[in-house]
Order: sequence, then C-alpha cells, then structure tokens
Amino acid sequence: MMAQAFAERLRAALPAVALAPRTEPGLMPAMVIAVAADDWAALGSAAHGLGARWSACWIDPEPDHWRAWVLYEQGGAYVLAQTALDPRAPRLPSLTPVFAAADRPERAIRDLLGVAFDGHPDARRWLRHQAWSAEVHPLQPGQPLAGTPPARTPADVGYAFRKIAGDAVHEVAVGPIHAGTIEPGHFRFATVGEQALTLETRLGYAHRGVEKLAVGRDAAGLLRLAARVAGDSTVAHAWAACMAMERAAGCAVPPRALALRGLLAERERVANHLGDVGAIAGDVGFSFAQMQFGALRERWQRRSAALFGHRLLMDTLCAGGVRTDLDLEGTQALLQDHARLRAELAPLTAILLDHPSLEDRLVGAGALSAADARALGCLGYLGRASGLAFDLRRDAPYPPYDRLPVRVPLYDSGDVAARMRVRLDEIGVALELMDALLAALPPGPVSTHWEAPPAGARGLGLVEGWRGETLAFVRFGADGRVARYAPRDPSVFAWPALESMLPGNIIPDFPVCNKSVNGAYAGCDL
Amino acid sequence: MLRILHRVITTGTLTEPLDASASLESLGIEVRRTLGARFAGSFAIRHVDAGSCNGCELEIHALGNPYHDLERFGIRFVASPRHADALLVTGVVSRHMQEALLRAHAAMAKPGLVIAAGACACDGGEFGTSYASCGAVDSVLPVDVRIPGCPPTPVVLLRGLLAALGREAGLTRPG
Ligand code: SF4
Repeated sequence: MMAQAFAERLRAALPAVALAPRTEPGLMPAMVIAVAADDWAALGSAAHGLGARWSACWIDPEPDHWRAWVLYEQGGAYVLAQTALDPRAPRLPSLTPVFAAADRPERAIRDLLGVAFDGHPDARRWLRHQAWSAEVHPLQPGQPLAGTPPARTPADVGYAFRKIAGDAVHEVAVGPIHAGTIEPGHFRFATVGEQALTLETRLGYAHRGVEKLAVGRDAAGLLRLAARVAGDSTVAHAWAACMAMERAAGCAVPPRALALRGLLAERERVANHLGDVGAIAGDVGFSFAQMQFGALRERWQRRSAALFGHRLLMDTLCAGGVRTDLDLEGTQALLQDHARLRAELAPLTAILLDHPSLEDRLVGAGALSAADARALGCLGYLGRASGLAFDLRRDAPYPPYDRLPVRVPLYDSGDVAARMRVRLDEIGVALELMDALLAALPPGPVSTHWEAPPAGARGLGLVEGWRGETLAFVRFGADGRVARYAPRDPSVFAWPALESMLPGNIIPDFPVCNKSVNGAYAGCDL
Repeated sequence: MLRILHRVITTGTLTEPLDASASLESLGIEVRRTLGARFAGSFAIRHVDAGSCNGCELEIHALGNPYHDLERFGIRFVASPRHADALLVTGVVSRHMQEALLRAHAAMAKPGLVIAAGACACDGGEFGTSYASCGAVDSVLPVDVRIPGCPPTPVVLLRGLLAALGREAGLTRPG
C-alpha cells in the first residue's frame, strides 16, 4: 500500500520519535500517525523533506479533548497526522513556516476555534471581521449558533494590509463589491502606474457559518449544506461529504451509483470549464468566444436539468448513492451530446489557440512558476498549468475511476494561456471518461439503505472536483447526527497563487488572471 | 476572421422568445412594488452577492448567454450602484457584508428597487440566521421583489426582473 510506504519513510526520517502508523477504516486510504503536540512541527518538517504536500488541517472538538488533523500527500499516498489538544488552552506549533499553504487555514482555525498557532508568522485575523470579537470563537462547542452579533456589523476597516512604500507607489482598493457579477472579496493592489507590484486578497465576506450549521444535522441535512459550500462545485463537495459519511458508516455504495457520481462530477467539470473558457475570452474583449461557449454551457445545463433535475446538479447525491437513475434514452442522449460537443469544440478551439489578439493578452499573463505552485500547494487545472500533474482520479483512484484510464493534461508555462489550454484539454478528458462510464454502466440499484454509524465514527472523503482535490471530514455524534463537518475546497490554495502570479502584470490584466484561476470565495469563507 | 464569420453564420440566432405562460404566482415570484413604465426602455441593475454560495451568480451569468440575451429587454448590469435603478441581491446577508450592502443601497438614486433572488435572499435558505448571517435580505433592507429558487433558473430570473419593471404584459420588446 502506497500510504504505508509513505508512513514508513516518515518513520525513518524521524528516528527520535516513536511513530506507530495505523489504519482506521473510515480514514482510508490515509494512514494515521498520532504524535505529541511537541512533535507536530518535526513531523511536518519530515513530510516536507520527503517532498510531501500539505493538503488540509482541521480541528475536531471531541467531547473529552480536541484533536488536530493534518493531511499530507505524496505521489498519491496520504498520511493523516493527528495530535490531542487541551480544550482549555488549545495550542499547536504552526506549520506555516514549513508549508506556506498552511498560512490562512491556520489563521481561520485560530479565529473560529481559538487555537493558538505558535510560530505563525502572521498574527492578523482571517475569517473574523467585525461580527464577533477576538475573545469569541464561534465554532467552539460551547458557543451558540446565534452568537451575539451587533445589530449592524460595521465594515472591517482595521485590517492591516501589507504596506509597500516607495516613490510613485499607490494603493488601489477593490471590493468587497466588485464591478461584475462575482462573489464578494477585497483586493488590495500596490501599483506603480499600471503595473501591479503586489496584490493582497482579503476574504471572509461570504462566511455563512457552514461548519457550525452542520453540527446536529442528519446525513440528508448535511448533504444539502455540502451541496452549497460552493455552488459551482456542488457535486464535488456533496460527493466528498458522502464519501466521508459512507466510510464512517462502512456503507457499500452500489457500483451503478458510483458510476453515476463519476458522470455527475465530470458534467460539473465540463460545465465550469465551458463557462470559464468563455469568460476568459470575454475578459479580454473576445465576445465571439464568450457567446459561443455560453451557448454550449447553456445546452449542457439544460441537459442536466432534463436528466438529473437540476441545472447545476445540486442535491443529486444522497448518502448511499445518487437520487436519479439514468435510463437508456438518457444514456443515448448524453452520448449524442458528447459527440456534438466534441464536433463543436474542435473549430472553436482552433480559433482560440490561433488568434493573434487573444494570444497577445493570454500568453505570458499571470505566470505562476512551478516552484511557487508547489510551495503553495496548488491543485487541479491551476497546478497542471504550472507543471504539477497530481490528479486524484489517476494518482489515488477511487471508484469509478479505479477502472478507467485518466489522462492528465500538463503544461509548464503557468500563464493564463496554459490554464485555458488545460481547461480545454480537460473537457476532452471528461468526455472520454463519461463515454467510458456510459458504455459500461453497471446494472443494479442507484442507492443502498443508509444507516448512520454510532457516535464517534468518523470518515474522510477525497474527490477530484473540477478545481482539484476536494476534501470532507465528518464525525458522527449521537443519534446519527453530525458532530463535525470540515470541508476543504481547493480554492484555499488558489488565492495565494493569484497573489504570487500578479506582480509585474498590469492592473487591466487582473480580471483575466483572476478568471483563469477562478478561486471560489464562498468555498474558502464557508 | 473567416472562420469566426463562418461560425457566426452557421450558429444563427439562438435567442428564444420568453415563455410567459406560467403566471408569476405559479413561479413564486412576489412583487410588492415595481418601477413601472418609466423604465420600460432601460433598466440598470447592480448585483450584490451578499453571502451567496455562487450558484445564483452562475444563473445570473446565464442571463447574458445567447439563449436568454437579457439586454434585448433593455435590462443591463452596471458597475456602480449610483447608476442603478435596482439592486439584485443574492445570498443570505452575511454579517460581514451587511454594511457593504447597506452602503450600496444608500448610494442608489431613489426610489431604488431591491430585488431578492434565490432561496437564501428570500428566506434565508440553507443558511438562515446565525452568528455569521443576518438571514434573508429583508432583515436588512426592504425588499420589493422576490424571486425564489435555489438557484432561480434564468427564465424565472428574467420573469422576475421584468415583473420588477412592471412589464409583465408586453414581454416581447419594450414599446
Ligand atoms: S439560493 Fe441556493 S444557489 Fe442561491 S446562494 Fe442560496 S444556496 Fe446558493
């Protein structure tokens, strides 16, 4: 088992610490390694030394003590590090000095749960604005869901953005409300003339209290919430949550349901890429492509509504399976759609890849180096445009991908043009995968009876959403109610990447850089 | 260029006439106040995501695709609330967006319609009221038009926007 080998290498790298890797059914395929809080940073450094990626961190406030979890990944092998925390004074060595990717997630945990991260280089709050005070940590079990917010929450004016000084340097502040129809967030640019010197993003505006709202829900209620962590990744988050719950409960999902989940996830990928490729073109004034791709996306969404009951595929999964079966007629319609989309994309792709004015704006814009992408833990198309090939469907395959060959497009220029190409290629890969799934749809039921596990059961869900590795951790409490739900959207790593690629670009190129990355705001803010 | 022209010609016109057979009531659209005929030729909307999951935004984007072509009705999205006749609000109002939403509303010229789109904006949806969320838009601002759905489909959005304009009767083109 790959995870075992990874755990062994960690053990060899830390001879002074007695590591005892073990497995826990709900947390497979990861190996679990428990360490003392004092060894937390040493384990992180050892993982870093082995070239591992920091994937996620979450705190689970269990009834007797709290537990911290960090997920590391290397070459498709996963290790879950865990340590116990004292709920009266929770503190943990920060992993941010080792893994830059841990920076904002640790700050978010500090805000919501009051865990002190020793050695964290940034003392500023992240998800907390002005709706609650520094002494309050709304996700702590003792805190009421309602909180004690002010009647009118003031604007968050006191946040100390990094200052860039120098002749002719000026600051441009944008948001939280932007010029277009997009999610809320704040961007702070330091510029000289048109050139951006730095960009700092500030999120948290779409914080809706997802993790707190999850507590006490049953499986169906949790899935309604998971489907709304990020509206464009509704299948990804719902699937990750399902997987976590099903692993926790030892629930065997029927093969047909797994194939249909794969189909739904690929449909979500195609819909988003179609929309984004059009929007990237639109952001540089090429409205021809924007309209063409907008029409393709619309037809795609209509088929989703006709066959699965929702244009964005919300609420199509359930614990134990999926909610809609696909009949023969539907299968035929999809196969025809796929052929038609391929035929329509070929000439459009040829135009996109060979249009001088487009090339002028997209090539070289917003270049993210492979080193930065790796350091920031970038995933999905963002990573693949900068030379990082990781794809769960291929590297740690879960059903139905375990029986399908998954091609992973890879580019190394890291610019907007590369991100657009990855997306176009990924549409092609998704169409291949869906054709293969439809050609061999297993017979049988599309869901199985769901029975919640006993209190204390926990599970980990990991799926390759359209933005990349999407995670959910679930622990059940009494009566089949969720005691902890911790989702992690891949966008967490997209925003620092956007900041890192922007310097040297001109401000007018920011929208297209942003669109090509397309980090979720709601998915990060929770 | 020839390839583009060829594609444009072979694509033809995709824009569909709006199906107005379903009544506003049956779609769940509630209209308390409209801007009436004065705005029949041009209606400027400022969208504010006050704490959405981004699902509603995707469907608002779809209003601009060739099938729906929002602008044929004289409705367009503007960048500044100062240029807007209406605020189109999506999502619950997160507490972190409360002040921004109020300021955007205050910046609009009067009468300034407020249109709540989506289950979250209409009644709090899946997120409701909490330490993080003020809940539905009408807990923060008076709401004139409600468009339900999670998210509302583009056709329902379009019907709701036209209803806000008081243009339920003449759905084809502004007179
Ligand atoms: S109404 Fe639905 S789609 Fe719209 S923001 Fe709320 S949860 Fe998302």
